Amino acid sequence: MKFFSSSSSRTALAAVRAVAVLTLVLGLGYTTLVTGLGQLLLPAQANGSLITNEQSTTVGSALIGQAFTDKLGNPLPQYFQTRPSAAGEGYDGAASSGSNLGPQNPELIEQIAQRKKSIAEFNKVPEAQVPADAVTASASGLDPQISVQYAQIQQERVAAARGLDIAKVRALVEKYTKAPDLGFLGEPVVQVLELNLALDQLQRG
Amino acid sequence: MLWASLAASIATLTLLLGLLYRPMGDYMAWVYSSAKNLKVERWAYAVMGVDPAKQQSWRAYLRAVLYFSLAGLLLLYLLQRVQQWLPYSQGGGNVEPAIAFNTAASFVANTNWQAYSGETLSYSVQLAGLTVQNFVSAATGMAVAVALIRGLAYRRSGVIGNFWVDLIRGSLRILLPISILGALVLITAGVVQNFNGFTQVHTLTGAQQLIPGGPVASQEVIKELGTNGGGFYNANSSHPFENPTGWTSLFECFLILLIPFSLPRTFGTMVGDKRQGYAILVTMAVLYLGSMAALAAFEFSGHGGAPGLAGAAMEGKETRFGLVQSVIFAATTTLTSTGAVNSMHDSYTSLGGMMQMLNMLLGEIAPGGVGSGLYGMLVIAVIAVFLAGLLVGRTPEYLGKKIGPSQMKLASLYILVMPLLVLAGVALSFGVPALKGSIVNESLANTGSHGLSEVLYAFASGANNNGSAFAGLDASTPWLTASIAVAMLLGRFIPIALVLALAGSFAAQDKIPATAGTLPTHRPLFISLTAGTAVLVTALVFFPVLALAPIAEGLM
Repeated sequence: MKFFSSSSSRTALAAVRAVAVLTLVLGLGYTTLVTGLGQLLLPAQANGSLITNEQSTTVGSALIGQAFTDKLGNPLPQYFQTRPSAAGEGYDGAASSGSNLGPQNPELIEQIAQRKKSIAEFNKVPEAQVPADAVTASASGLDPQISVQYAQIQQERVAAARGLDIAKVRALVEKYTKAPDLGFLGEPVVQVLELNLALDQLQRG
Repeated sequence: MLWASLAASIATLTLLLGLLYRPMGDYMAWVYSSAKNLKVERWAYAVMGVDPAKQQSWRAYLRAVLYFSLAGLLLLYLLQRVQQWLPYSQGGGNVEPAIAFNTAASFVANTNWQAYSGETLSYSVQLAGLTVQNFVSAATGMAVAVALIRGLAYRRSGVIGNFWVDLIRGSLRILLPISILGALVLITAGVVQNFNGFTQVHTLTGAQQLIPGGPVASQEVIKELGTNGGGFYNANSSHPFENPTGWTSLFECFLILLIPFSLPRTFGTMVGDKRQGYAILVTMAVLYLGSMAALAAFEFSGHGGAPGLAGAAMEGKETRFGLVQSVIFAATTTLTSTGAVNSMHDSYTSLGGMMQMLNMLLGEIAPGGVGSGLYGMLVIAVIAVFLAGLLVGRTPEYLGKKIGPSQMKLASLYILVMPLLVLAGVALSFGVPALKGSIVNESLANTGSHGLSEVLYAFASGANNNGSAFAGLDASTPWLTASIAVAMLLGRFIPIALVLALAGSFAAQDKIPATAGTLPTHRPLFISLTAGTAVLVTALVFFPVLALAPIAEGLM
């Protein structure tokens, strides 16, 4: 076997130089090019699809979910609630994560039972009407959306808490419901941050 | 409704991949056969000091692969160890040695197993280290597959191509242009591409939230296209900034499948018989669709304590993807060597999780990683031809090359490496008391059968260079950091060495003419034989351990 012959050192040198050349082209060159094009052509998306309120303050990103709770973590009735989150203490943008609890995990089963009960009480609906997304943590912990069913069981509570006509709330839910792409890719979902922002603006306006 | 939406999504994927099979496959065949070098390539060869016209023996080719991977591993290790002094460190400290080694091994081996959390690596490490390895580890896999194709196509040859040329061309002519286009497509949907760091915002309730940034789109696209899988963020492709909507999820699956499903065409074209390419393609597609259907059936059923109580298996899944896009992504990522996830595999139904493990344990050949899927499937084809030869008592041959004792030894060793690494890793984890203590007390998030599933999944993922995880398992302990790093490196480079040796032994042979006794390797008989061999080998080796873990849990 002449595996480690004199040409080995030549090969090693070529390998080191190849890594240097490719780091330059594929690491720096490619990333710079794509960043430049993205910032030039699609700056809003490339910078995180940020949303501002009427005072032009940035209140979040259309793609990143938020918690709508008070300081103690209790849900605020005037806001549509997002899903349970395993990202940090909940919707932590610096710690995306799912719960990673298995399908037979007793802790998870207990959590789901409790969430089901409290969500049913909070919205004054039977437990059977609470949909699966309302009682389960998402994969990222930053899910910005909820199912249409979860929005529907919340709309009367939100209308009552804000003293708004239920029809107006329903219309807004419909407005911020996004159909699946091309009709079949993904699920119909409700954009919670945009919906809640629109509700705030409706009342202030 | 679920099945209709699944069928429509799969039909869309099939249409896109079908339209591109011929142009993409033939383009790649041209890239690897053309005599001309581009200007930038000539500059690269000059810097590297290699002669692009000089072909290599299999040993020289292997030596180049190993030295190149070693150099990449050292650089990536070093970058992580000094990241706090590099630009855009964002206040993060240096990565500790064991995790840095595990991560370097992981990205060089095209695995992208993540013992670290994505948010803890600086932008400099992500782009100069991870993004680069995403390109070149993929190009390495493709180069090895092309070397094996050349071995089958060449006659009485002592050489199988030039690794440096295959590496540079695969990177610059195939992966780079598709990545630039694909990144722009992803940005339109909201995948971020910036160097902003964290943006602090005041939410509607007056709380503060950090919105992350980063050069994500550029890394996202090559992570899928090169079947790598390492997420920019901890939550990987379930993070809305990596995968914002339903169509991006399917587009990312398309990127994952594009090269692995087109390489059979490259193979057919380069060996001068396109029907051979179709036979391999159909074998891959049958296994892909069958496995997808099974995973979907288990997941849609929502069997198990938590999914049953919640009403559907939505734990660890995003609303915008629902069950359907989650299942498509999960099957696609585990049947290739990708390991990106858009849903958390640990929370799947027990039997759904078993399908993900089976997909990896199949050796990732349907269609498998870029390059590694094709060479893995060709090894299975060699074994299938050999089995057929045994049945009729003739010397087996494939594409006019004799399958003799030395070829069978190489092929048999190839299929033994991965099971050995997986089963040894799991056995040591539970058989050695000290290691078991570490696993049970520090690593496991779930107990009972599901705990065994988590460890089995980890070694299956590492040894097959997949990189996805049952992420409840804390893999940052000394034992798992070290053992999975070793499994990833051996699971990548031993098979590569065996494949290149096989390529060399085929290249040296002359082509023997087909006779009436030759098994035609483009007919349904061969396709079912090859698919059957793949399934049988996996089932025989892994049934016992699967029975103890996901099957036991699924029966509860």
